[in-house]
Amino acid sequence: MSEHHGPAKGIKRWLFATNHKDIGTMYLWFSFAMFFVGGSFAMVIRAELFQPGLQLVDPQFFNQMTTMHGLVMVFGAVMPAFVGLANWLIPMMIGAPDMALPRMNNLSFWLLPVAVTMLISTFFMEGGAPAFGWTFYAPLSTTYAPPSTTFFIFGIHILGASSIMGSINILATVMNLRAPGMTYMKLPLFVWTWIITAFLLIAAMPVLAGAVTMMLMDIHFGTSFFSAAGGGDPVLFQHIFWFFGHPEVYIIILPAFGVISEIIPTFSRKPLFGYTSMVYATASIAFLSFIVWAHHMHTSGMPLAGELYFMYATMLIAVPTGVKVFNWIATMFGGALTFETPMLFSIATVFLFSMGGLTGLMLAIAPIDFAYQESYFVVAHFHYTMVAGAIFSMTAGIYYWMPKWTGKMYNETLGKAHFWIAFVGFNLTFFPQHFVGLAGMPRRIPDYALQFADFNMISSMGAFIYGGAQLFFLFIILHTIVKGKKNTDEKTWEGAHGLEWTIPSPAPFHTFTTPPTVK
Amino acid sequence: MTEQKHSKPIKKTTRTLLVLVAAMFGFGFLLVPLYDVICDLAGINGKVKLVAYEDHTEEVVTDRTVNIQFISINNDGMPWGFKPNHASIKAHPGQAYDTTFHASNPANYKMTAQAIPSISPGYAARYFHKIECFCFNQQELEAGASEDMGLRFVVDKDIPEGIPTITVTYTLFDVTDNQKIASTN
Repeated sequence: MSEHHGPAKGIKRWLFATNHKDIGTMYLWFSFAMFFVGGSFAMVIRAELFQPGLQLVDPQFFNQMTTMHGLVMVFGAVMPAFVGLANWLIPMMIGAPDMALPRMNNLSFWLLPVAVTMLISTFFMEGGAPAFGWTFYAPLSTTYAPPSTTFFIFGIHILGASSIMGSINILATVMNLRAPGMTYMKLPLFVWTWIITAFLLIAAMPVLAGAVTMMLMDIHFGTSFFSAAGGGDPVLFQHIFWFFGHPEVYIIILPAFGVISEIIPTFSRKPLFGYTSMVYATASIAFLSFIVWAHHMHTSGMPLAGELYFMYATMLIAVPTGVKVFNWIATMFGGALTFETPMLFSIATVFLFSMGGLTGLMLAIAPIDFAYQESYFVVAHFHYTMVAGAIFSMTAGIYYWMPKWTGKMYNETLGKAHFWIAFVGFNLTFFPQHFVGLAGMPRRIPDYALQFADFNMISSMGAFIYGGAQLFFLFIILHTIVKGKKNTDEKTWEGAHGLEWTIPSPAPFHTFTTPPTVK
Repeated sequence: MTEQKHSKPIKKTTRTLLVLVAAMFGFGFLLVPLYDVICDLAGINGKVKLVAYEDHTEEVVTDRTVNIQFISINNDGMPWGFKPNHASIKAHPGQAYDTTFHASNPANYKMTAQAIPSISPGYAARYFHKIECFCFNQQELEAGASEDMGLRFVVDKDIPEGIPTITVTYTLFDVTDNQKIASTN
C-alpha cells in the first residue's frame, strides 16, 4: 500500500511532494526566503532614507525597490507563509489524513518559485524592474511602464493561479475531510479564518487577474481599458485594483487572527472567549471588505455621496474587528497567564494591530484623508497592520507549532530576546513615520525635506534593528532544528487544546490515517 | 492519500469552486461597462455624448454669466497644430454661442483626426450642450492644409449657482489608420 511508506529519498521527496507536511514545510521555507529578499529591498529603501539627499541609489532604482518590496512581501512572503501554515495544520486540526487534492497542492507550491523568478528577473532587463509601486496604477503601469512589465503581469497571473489552487484545496479539505463529529462550529478558529480567507481569495484573485489581463491588452493589443486617449479611464483601473486590493489586506490578516486565536487561549489556560462571535465577526469583516474598496481613492474625484458611503462603510469594519480584539482581551482576563515567546508575539499583535486599526479609522475619514493620502502616515498605518498583524502573528505561530513540527524545543531565552529586539525595532521604524507623515512627508520618494531628517534617521536605525531581528530568528530556527532540546510531549504546552496536540512530537509523516472521533 | 469514498464530494466541491473562480474573472471584466453605466447615471466623470443637443429654446438668462474655457490637447504622436481661437467666452445660460478651433496638418500626407471632449468639473457636463461640434465627425486634412473647426454650444438655463466656470477640453486623436493608434497605446 502506498499509503504507509515513508517519504521518498533526496530531491524527489520535494519535487514530487504530495504530503501536506512536506508541502507546508516548503511553503514556509520559501516564504521565509522571500521575506529576506523583500526585507533586503526594505533595507535599501531605509539606507537611502537614512539622510536627506541622494546617497546610495538613483531614484529610478529606489522606485523599483519600493515596488518590489511590496510585491515580494505581499505575494511572495506573507500569503505563501499562511498557506504553508494551513497546509501543515488544517489536516492535523480537523483530523484528516492529508489535503483533499495533494497533486494540485504540489503544483500550487511549485508555481511560486516560477512566478517569483519571473518577477525578480525583471531587475536584469532593459528598463529595469517595475517602478510604479505595488499598486501598479495605470497609466504608470501601461503607457509609461518599462518593457519588463509583461513579465510582471505573467508573474502576477501565476501567483494568482497558485493561491486560487491553494484556496480550492483548503476548502475541499475542510468541507469533505473533517473527522467524524468535527462539526463546523467545533473547528479551531484558525481553520475558520482560513475557510473565509479561501473564499476571499477565490473571489478577489480572479479580479486581479482580470486587471492585469486588461493591462496586458492595453500594452500589447491596442485596447484602451485604462487609456483616456482611447475612451478608457485610468480611474477605472483604481476601482478594479482596489476591488481586489481591499479584500487582499483581509486575506493577509484573517489567518493571522486565526493564529493568535489559537495561541492566546493556550497561554491564558482558558478557552477562547466568544468563539461563535469570533466566527461571525470574521465573516462580517470578509463581507465588508468587498464593499469598501474606494476608501483607497478618496482623492480620485468621487462624488460626495460616494465619499460618504465609503467613509461610513469603512468605519463599520471597526465593529467586527473590535469584537475580535475585545474577545482576545476577555480571553486573557482572569486567565493563568504565562508569557512564553508565542504569547509575547500574540499580545504584541493584538496591541500593535489595534494601533494600526485606529490609524486606519483616521484614514477612513474622507476629509482628513485628503491630507493624509500618499503620505508616510499611510505607510506607518499599513505596516502596523501588515507587519505587526501578519508577520508578528506568523512568528508567534512558528514558535508555537515548531516543537510539534520538529520535535525540538526552541530556546526560550533566545526567543524572548528575539521578541524584544523585534518589538523595539519595529516600533522604532514605524512609529516615527506617523509623525513625518502628518508633517507632510510623501511616500515613495528617495529624498525628502530637511525637517524630516531626524525621524527618518531613527526610522532607518529601527529598520536595521528589525532586519537584524529576522536574521536572529533564522538563527533561532536553525539552532532549534540542530541543537534544540528534544520535545516528545504530545501536548507540548500545558494549556494546549486541539487535535494537533494529540499526535506524537515530532508529527509523523502520516497522521490520522484512521480518523479520530471528536466528541 | 485521500480515501476513495471522499473522492466524489471532493470533485464536486472543486468543480463548484472553479466555476466561482471563472465567474469572478468574468466579473472583473464586467466592471468595465458597469463603471461607465454608473458614471453615466451619476453624471460624473465629465464624459460627454457625441450627439447634437436639440432641446434649445430662445429663453436666455441675462443676469448670469458662466465662464467657458477652452483647452486643446494632442494625443501621443498626433502631429497636428490644434488650438482654440478663443481661450474663453463669458456665456449667458440659454444663449447659443459660436467659436472655432484651429487645426493644421504639418505632415506630408492626408490625415484623419477625431476630437474627444471632456468637461470639468465633471458634474457640469450635463449643463453644457453642443448644438454643433467638429467632434461629432472625423476631420480630414490634406498634407499641409489647415482649417477652422466650428463649435456651437449653449449653457443650460438650469445650471446651478455653484458652477461659475466650465472647462471644455478637446483631445485630438490620429485615426488615419487604426493600426497606428494600436502602436501608440
